[in-house]
Amino acid sequence: MMSLGESAVTAVAVSKRFGATTALSDVTLRIAPGETHALVGRNGAGKSTLVSLLTGLHQPDGGEIRFGGEPAPPVADRGAWRQRVACVFQRSTIIPALTVAENLFLNRQNENRQSEPSRIPRPIRWKALRRRAGDLLEEYAVGVDPGALAGDLDVEQRQLVEIARALSQGARFIILDEPTARLDATAIERLFTRLRALAESGVTMLFISHHLQEVYAVCDTVTVLRDARWVLTEPVAAIGHDALVAAMTGEAAGLTDVAARPPVGASTPAALRLEGLALDGAYEPVTLDVRAGEIVGVTGSGSSGKVSLAETVGGLRRAGSGTLSVGGRLVAPGSVPAALKAGIGLVPQDRHREGLVPLLSVAENATLPIADRLGPAGAILPGRRRAVAEAFIERYDIRAEGPDAPVASLSGGNAQKVVLARALSTGPKVLVLINPTAGVDVRSKESLLGAVRAAADAGTGVLMISDELDDLRHCDRVLVMFHGRVTTELQAGWSDTDVVAAVEGVSG
Amino acid sequence: MTTTAPSTAAAPGPARRRTVPRLARMRDLTLVPAIVVLLVVGALIDPVFLSRTNLVNVLQQQTELSLLVLAETLILIGGRFDLSLESTVGLAPALGVALVIPAASHGLGTDWATALAVPICLLVGLLVGALNGLLILRFGLSAFIVTLGMLTTLRGLQIGITGGQSLFDLPPSVMYLGNATWLGLPLSIWLCGGLFAAGIAALGWFRHGRAVYAIGGNVDAARAAGIRSDRVMWAVFMIAGVLAALAGLLMTGRLGSIAANQGEQMIFKVFAAAVIGGVSMNGGKGTLFGGLCGVLALGLISNILTLAGVSAQWIQALYGLIILIALILARLTTGKAQD
Repeated sequence: MMSLGESAVTAVAVSKRFGATTALSDVTLRIAPGETHALVGRNGAGKSTLVSLLTGLHQPDGGEIRFGGEPAPPVADRGAWRQRVACVFQRSTIIPALTVAENLFLNRQNENRQSEPSRIPRPIRWKALRRRAGDLLEEYAVGVDPGALAGDLDVEQRQLVEIARALSQGARFIILDEPTARLDATAIERLFTRLRALAESGVTMLFISHHLQEVYAVCDTVTVLRDARWVLTEPVAAIGHDALVAAMTGEAAGLTDVAARPPVGASTPAALRLEGLALDGAYEPVTLDVRAGEIVGVTGSGSSGKVSLAETVGGLRRAGSGTLSVGGRLVAPGSVPAALKAGIGLVPQDRHREGLVPLLSVAENATLPIADRLGPAGAILPGRRRAVAEAFIERYDIRAEGPDAPVASLSGGNAQKVVLARALSTGPKVLVLINPTAGVDVRSKESLLGAVRAAADAGTGVLMISDELDDLRHCDRVLVMFHGRVTTELQAGWSDTDVVAAVEGVSG
Repeated sequence: MTTTAPSTAAAPGPARRRTVPRLARMRDLTLVPAIVVLLVVGALIDPVFLSRTNLVNVLQQQTELSLLVLAETLILIGGRFDLSLESTVGLAPALGVALVIPAASHGLGTDWATALAVPICLLVGLLVGALNGLLILRFGLSAFIVTLGMLTTLRGLQIGITGGQSLFDLPPSVMYLGNATWLGLPLSIWLCGGLFAAGIAALGWFRHGRAVYAIGGNVDAARAAGIRSDRVMWAVFMIAGVLAALAGLLMTGRLGSIAANQGEQMIFKVFAAAVIGGVSMNGGKGTLFGGLCGVLALGLISNILTLAGVSAQWIQALYGLIILIALILARLTTGKAQD
């Protein structure tokens, strides 16, 4: 075998800080030539930061990156980086209005593969460009017409074009950042066939995925990051599912005490009923009853469709098929006013973008949906609004200077309490929460979850979408979604490993 | 080593290989039938319409607008826009002329060499474009409010410099640009034709021109491909400024004076011609040929309205209405929202 010095890519004890947060701490990664190396870890483990260092988008604060034994080029020399490493990002970098051929050779329409960009402008020879594109696509067996508009390609074809483009720039090391996130199962299988062929031809790959089964399917070696630190690097063949999951969650996944909730009687009527609800490209038909007073958790990876499901219930998205009813009455699809009227309160995913109007006061934000109840004929009586807002501040433990403080001045946790107060202000029959405790401190987390439990105790059916095990512990049952399908249902009393394994798609 | 081609992406037949580029080119030609219809309608309304003099007149009157459309189309393809072009049409020639003519003719009294009028005018356009680019690209200000502010400021500057007076005493170089005839056609038509040809060539066959499409289509992808997007767009803003200044010179020479409101109200026609010509307001889509067709269509419409004897009081309302209808038709034929 080869010595460590001959690794294709090496990150030696790299660290990176962004402001007060340590995004990556003393991480060492060695990738042998021709190897397919997996990088796994939960959200926030430092995967993206490591990728940004390996692609030269950021400079490490400590440690260094080396390619084939040579130090990495300076961050400013984009051309040199492009020859060493190519990255297929999660977000598409295809320009829809241009042809496939032009996308492949963007900004180097006239160059041959290795030559430097010419200083003297020469007209583009389109025929030659299309021919070169055709050759390149043929070389990687991508069955796409080079003259087609890139916008007319489907997701899979676009991704193949991106991979072909990455390879055509001379890099023999490619980073694939969650390449399967937007593909369906058969397309994933085809992609894997391709990746194996590329590996055989000597291309080195770093494969980032949330799905451990994919790691087992295509990778030789796996590195686990957790909390910005390196945890282990092992040959894939030598590490079992359980050991990998344990490495990702960490042994010290402290089991916080959560008071058990009294079980909701089986005869309790359903507050929320989904029948065959489906949205193309996001999730497949879901049938689900949330009984009054029940808390149902839904979890899954970023591409599992869980957020889309919640947004459909909240009226932000329109389901492709199926129905949604509250207390036995159908709710008009894809309309927030209809959802509100039916008694659905929503705590959206991004409180800054969809949840709050930052310059308005706590009182105004919290009472937006009930503004019509604060005075006669659409008028808003400031006194009444103030009284309502003060009651909210008291009940939800919102730390603000007062009802008139602008929401922008609140901490993340307290802003989220305002969002929750607003969702509950209408006295909803159904409460939908999307990652309610994301970016919230521990104290606020407790009061938020306490308020959710109190609402459930009062008879509200709760649908809580969350990545956080601590949130899910409050649920009566937890559904796990994987690639748009509900794959697992766990009753209260599950262990962390059950959930993580189901999220990563390796259970049973 | 073997790789299997994915079944869904299986080799497209030769038919597809041919049709796709042809369809893309077809989109540019959607206005050609409309222009033919306008020519027929014009001929029916008044036989004078098809006379050589009338058609050359229509073309010459549209040269100024077409240069602005050329400039705006470049910016729109790059995913930005510029409202201030119409004020540059007034200010640039006004400043260029005021610096060279005597104070008695409302000049600034500097009495610089008259040969400098044209270079100064173009330089003013360049500087306005550079300033727009600086504020929008470097300082990240909103293009809408920056160029709207520039629109007002430049107009105000022109009124301040000229005291609100029209300038009549034009240097010969400016008069030449607006009135010379080469091979039987006005110089301004040759200039416009040449600049459009150069622009079409640059956008179609040169790396930097293609970069403008890439920037408007997906700026992150353009950056990832090594395109210096801010630098390219800055250059585009400066080119646009120079083109607007040149349009001002042609208009000045043609009319024989610079009114304080020269260029006013043109920007609506500029955007209308670009959008009718299939240029996307979202960037990345459209061609200069399309923009040119839009200008020609507007020019023919306005000429037909005049020949048809529509009364002067109503012509503006009718013209605006026709542009709105054309926009609706363009929306229906392209099938995509024009936001």
